[in-house]
Amino acid sequence: MKKGILGTKIGMLQIFDETGRVVPVTVIQAGPCVVTQKKTADNDGYEAIQIGYAAAKESHMTKPLKGHFAKQGVPAMRHLKEFRLDDVSAYELGQEIKADVFEAGELVDVTAVSKGKGFQGSIKRNGYSRGPMAHGSKYHRKSGSLGAKGPARVFLGRKGPGRMGGNQVTVQGLKVVKIDTEKNLILVRGAVPGAKKSIITIRDSVKA
Amino acid sequence: MDLLRSIEVEQLRQDIPEFRSGDTVRVNVKVVEGAKERVQAYEGVVIKRRGSGINETFTVRRVTYGVGVERCFPVHMPRIQSIQVLRRGKVRRAKLFYLRNLSGKAARIKDRA
Repeated sequence: MKKGILGTKIGMLQIFDETGRVVPVTVIQAGPCVVTQKKTADNDGYEAIQIGYAAAKESHMTKPLKGHFAKQGVPAMRHLKEFRLDDVSAYELGQEIKADVFEAGELVDVTAVSKGKGFQGSIKRNGYSRGPMAHGSKYHRKSGSLGAKGPARVFLGRKGPGRMGGNQVTVQGLKVVKIDTEKNLILVRGAVPGAKKSIITIRDSVKA
Repeated sequence: MDLLRSIEVEQLRQDIPEFRSGDTVRVNVKVVEGAKERVQAYEGVVIKRRGSGINETFTVRRVTYGVGVERCFPVHMPRIQSIQVLRRGKVRRAKLFYLRNLSGKAARIKDRA
């Protein structure tokens, strides 16, 4: 990993690219983030940076968190995230990270918590097929067989209905279409997990 | 929402003339053929205009060699060089799908004053 940033999902839009084609994009307010801690091999056993996003009120924080910000001498931040970068020497404590760390045309991985879907059946949740809806079929949207008769039990991990969504999801290899350095916006081609206003992590793509 | 709108506004074109369903227009579209780019005109009646902002599109219908052809264009598409309004038609609907069932004299549209 070379770089990463935290942001807020603003919403989706379509724009025209330079050839005049319509491109679906997700608009992400990326940063400004602040480096809130530098982890070193001497002190922590590995090298990483912790970055914070969105200013927070002191009254909303626990004492340990207040102490952490006070020790590092950085402003209080609402969201913190650690990135184990290949090279942390370029970053300094308190340094601001903005959308311009990325550039148009680059591939990124985007991580966020997906929208909660509630309790869903196996067809939506696991991609099972539906049975016939007519001709006397009484098998419509059920799960079907749960396994062999022999073990006389259902094996752990059997797919079935249940809570869906609200998990951390990463979408890999999304293309950065445009960067707005003034407003700190990153326009990424395609959809991104999560609802509007949800917190999103953008990193350079592992597959790039 | 305002942030989305601000990005959208940058993309919107100001040079598009006002036109609506029933109008006859000539759309000059840039076509890429191999390495060359040329302008192709497409003329017909606007039978539909839908969407708003950057998503707004319109459909132009014309009958060529007895075959009805409908082409849909995004209003703010950069590939459109220009749009000329040739005639302003007087119609009582926003969507002129009934024209698909009509031909010849019956498919005429009166001029708007």
